[in-house]
This record gives sequence, C-alpha cells and structure tokens, in this order.
Amino acid sequence: MGIDRRSFLKIVGLSALGVSSGAWEVLQPGEVDAAHGHAAAEHVEKAATRWAMVVDMRRCKDEKGCTKCIDACRLVHNIPVIDNPKREVKWIWKEEYEHAFPDSHNEYMPDELKETPFILMCNHCDHPPCVRVCPTKATFKRPDGIVAMDYHRCIGCRFCMAACPYGSRNLNWINPRPYIKEINNEFPTRMKGVVEKCNFCVERLAKGLQPACVEACHCGALLFGNLHDPESNVRRVLRSNVSIRRKPELGTHPCVFYLV
Amino acid sequence: MIEKALKGSSVYWGWVIFLLCIIGAGFLAYLYQLKVGLGITGMSRDISWGVYIAQFTYFVGVAAGAVMLVIPKYLHHYTKYAKVVVFGEFLAIAAVVMCLLFIVVDIGQPMRMMNVVLHPTPHSMLFYDMIVLNGYLIINIICGYNTLLADKKGLPCPGWVKPFIYLSIPWAISIHTVTAFLYAGLPGRHFWLTAIMAPRFLASAFAAGPSLLVMILLFVRKVTKFDAGEEALQNIARTICYAMIVNFFFMGMEFFTAFYSNIPGHKATLEYLFWGIGEYGNLVPFMRACIVIGFAGIFILLVPPIRRRPLWLAIGCACVFLATWIDKGVGLVIGGFIPNPLEVITEYHPTFPEITIATAIWAVGGLILTVLYKVTISVREEEQRV
Repeated sequence: MGIDRRSFLKIVGLSALGVSSGAWEVLQPGEVDAAHGHAAAEHVEKAATRWAMVVDMRRCKDEKGCTKCIDACRLVHNIPVIDNPKREVKWIWKEEYEHAFPDSHNEYMPDELKETPFILMCNHCDHPPCVRVCPTKATFKRPDGIVAMDYHRCIGCRFCMAACPYGSRNLNWINPRPYIKEINNEFPTRMKGVVEKCNFCVERLAKGLQPACVEACHCGALLFGNLHDPESNVRRVLRSNVSIRRKPELGTHPCVFYLV
Repeated sequence: MIEKALKGSSVYWGWVIFLLCIIGAGFLAYLYQLKVGLGITGMSRDISWGVYIAQFTYFVGVAAGAVMLVIPKYLHHYTKYAKVVVFGEFLAIAAVVMCLLFIVVDIGQPMRMMNVVLHPTPHSMLFYDMIVLNGYLIINIICGYNTLLADKKGLPCPGWVKPFIYLSIPWAISIHTVTAFLYAGLPGRHFWLTAIMAPRFLASAFAAGPSLLVMILLFVRKVTKFDAGEEALQNIARTICYAMIVNFFFMGMEFFTAFYSNIPGHKATLEYLFWGIGEYGNLVPFMRACIVIGFAGIFILLVPPIRRRPLWLAIGCACVFLATWIDKGVGLVIGGFIPNPLEVITEYHPTFPEITIATAIWAVGGLILTVLYKVTISVREEEQRV
C-alpha cells in the first residue's frame, strides 16, 4: 500500500497548515461581524451613522414603578406577555444594578443605586458574538450598527442565546400569538421556534421616527442618536458626563451607555 | 451482506421490537414537540440548551473514540485489533447518527434546517460542525462496510479504502475539536471559556467510546461464538484507563485555575456543580458521583489482576462510561448556563416528553448498532467455521 506513516504525517501537517491559514481570517476581530470581510470593517469605520442609546439613570430613578418604555415597546413590536419567567419574551426590561453590572458591584455603593432597577436591552455591539455564531446569518449587523434579525431565516438553534453575554435574546418556546394583548398590524408577529430581541426600532428609524421607548419616556432618561456625528445629542451627553457600559472587558463594544 | 441482519433468534427479534417501541414512543413525543414547540421541554430563557445538546456533545465523543482502535491497527500495524476495528467504526456510525438526530430535535424550526447549507456561514462553528459530522459519518460507512466486505470474501482491504481510513484519524480529532469550539469561543460563559476544552473533550472521548465498545465486546463473547481476543480487550482497557486519567487531570486543572486565581466568574459554575450555590444544587449528587465512579473505574482498569477478570473489566468500563456521561452529558452543558450572564440562577428539570425523545434517539443508536453488529458477528462466525 502506498501510504506509510511518514507520508501520512506529511499530509496531515500540510492540511493543518492550510486549515490554520483559513482560521486566521475567521479570528480577525470585527472582520466577520458584517460578513463582508475587510471592506466592511473600513465601511463601518467611515459610516455616516452609528446608532447608540444613552440611558440616564439619574432621571430614570425618580420615576419609581414607571413602565412606559417597556409598554411602548411591547405594543409596537407585538411582544407576547407570558407570565412564566422560563418562557417569557422581553426586548427591554428592568434589572437591579448587581445583575446589570455583575462585575462592578460593591456593597458600599449608595442604597439608591443598589435598589434602582436599570433599563436593559440589546446592546447592539460593535463586535456582536451573536452575529459571529449564527449559522444562517439570520442575525446580522447593519452598516448603521444595528444588530438585526431575519425571523424567516432563523432555525432556532439558540447558539446566539448561548453567545450573548447580556442575556438579551429570547426564543419563542411556544406560539407567542395568543399572548399578544393588542396586535399592531404594522409590525410582524413571530412564530414558535425563532429567536427575537430589541431591534432599536429599525422600522421606525426608516420613517424618521425615534425608537418607541425613547418617544414614550417622558422624563428624558432615554437618548437616542448618532455616535459618528460629533455634534449629536448622544455625543454631547457622553462628552460632558461619565458613562459606563455593560461588560466592556469582553471586547463586544456595547452601544448602550449608562449615566449614573 | 446486510441480509444477515434479517436472520436471527427470537431474542434478537425481541430486542429489535423493544427498541422499535421506544423509538415509536419518542416519535409521538416529537410530533407533540413539533406542534407545541420547544416549550414542552425543561429548557428556558436562561438554560437554552438541555438534554438534547448535552447528549449530542457526549456522543460526538463516543464517535471520536473509535480512532483509538484505528490508530494502532493502521498506523502501527497492531494486528490484534484486526478483527475488532470494524466494531469501532460501526459504533462511530451509530453515534454520529445519534448526534445528528439530537441536533434535529433541538432545533426550533427544523423545516428550515437546510438554511445552514443555503446560507453557508464560515464564521459560525456550527457550520463546521455540520461538515465534520456528516463527513465522519460518510468516511466510517465507507471504511466499515468495505473492510467487512473484504473480510467476508477473505481478501485484503481494497487499496482505494486506505486513504479514507487514514483520513478518518484526523477527522475523528476534528469532530470533537469543533464541538468543543462551539462552547470554548463564547465570551461571558466563564465555565466554557477555556483553552483546554478541546483536549479535555478528546481525553474523555477516548475513554468513553472504547469503554462502551469493551462492554459490548464482552457481551458478544458471552452470547455468540465471536471472541474479540483477550489481548485486544486488555489493550483497549489500558487505553481507556490512560485517557480517563488524563481527563480527570484536565478537570483538576480547571479547579486549580478557577480557585487559585479566585476569580468569581470562573469559580461560580464549579461551585454550583460540586457544592451548590445557596438553595440551588440539583446537580451536586450527580457530579460527586461522577468523581467517585470515575476514580473507581480508573482503579479497576489500572490494576492488572482486577482488570483481567471479565466481570471486573465490564464493571470498570461501565464506571468510566457513566462518569464521562455525567461529566459531559449532564454537567458540562447545563452547568455552563448556571449562573446566567446576569448572575441569576435558574435550574433545569428535563420534562417527560423531552426524556422520551432523548431515549428514543438512544434506541435509534442501539438499533443501528444491533443491526451492524449482527452482520459483523455473522461474518466473523462464518470466518471461524472456515
């Protein structure tokens, strides 16, 4: 027989070399995010628009029990209301500081901050792990930075749910339609077995409107704007205030900022 | 050759019908899951993968374990494995089919499964997993079928099969490496984010696959005229023992890194699995049993006078199989989700339909193995008569 141990090892070595040069492409940070290789990374750099959210908790904390942003989102996006926490679907929700920022929590911080429920949503990361792991490109990053979903392509493998370090993704474990209180015909309802999450209201931005949560917030705690415009509302606020982001050490570059 | 699976004793047919009944029950449970959705399982927003993906991960290991027979036989010309290597390849076929089925039942929209092929995504590890698993299935069908066919005719294995046999070696390593990469590349899942995930997977695979094989071969020796050979069995047992020691060594390294560095995120899952956190400790008895049973298995297989007794050899292999199953098929996948990224603990309880579906997939694997081994043993018995 033609192959001996030596030539076998030679073949293995050469193929390993081939595979690793391909793998190098995959491991480049950022490159894969927009799934267009090198051109896309430069494109993101120069894009005119990069949407971002600033959550001003100094304003939000005084409005105890207010759920206006959450209700508005639910109404606009046909989000089902399922009581069971194992099955629930949430795009924007409240969570205490120690859960929102588990790595920077300490027991001596002001009680007020410890007890204030923070407003959480998808961070629309610059380097979204969910986009990297999705096997069908059903979740993808738009040039304006929004991490969007194609509900018709999603196969429900839930790899993105394992990958998201912020717990922002939901599977429809059951048919959500019976749990939608009031159907908005301008936005699709989803079926069982697909993943969904906050979409920064792309459908409203396309019409020149602000996201529904921002519009509903009457205390001005939610600011939405273009991070690539130095004179935008979000840039001005971020320039003059100290802001924090969730788990910045993971390199995902979240685009939701918190003022505390 | 395959027709040999159609001639058997009443015990053989009774076993086949028993497996078919379990498969039937699982199929009905799956129809229910298709209708209602994955909500019939115990999975949740926090524990988004459960029994299905855990079993998938374990059986990728069982499939990869076959390579522990292929390497000595084909790279080192160790002839004592000549008669048993095909059992390893057929075990790999059954295990890979189980893996593919576990993926299918885990998907929320199985009708769209082909989207993975229609929209190939090279930066997703699942894309590579699809390629390597299907490839490994095809390679093992080619190798297993043709070597057995050649044995039946009393001829040497045809030359064109050899490259596939050599290819099966790195391919076996690749299936479990890629499966480890599904977990090891996720930010914010501290328990999985470890560079030794793939080596650890391989070590446990090389213990788990061969230990199942030895148990089956011992059973085959008892009920049929085919004997795998004492020396072959003893050598597989040595391989299992070393692999299991390496597996536990790697597990110990995880403990050292987490607890000596004292980083809370790295410690949390291990604490949950082995001691419980607060009121939550569902998996503690399992994980502690895993350690005890695993060390018992290592001891039995390490001491030659014990290992040489067939009953103790079977018990030792059963210990290793069970310990690796608890470690990888229960603790590793479920544990990775606890605590969740917001450091909240939700526990996981598989439901009855979920377990029925998983059991049915085990039965499918058992059925494939039964049929393939029936054919192989018939061929071997004919050889011995000649």
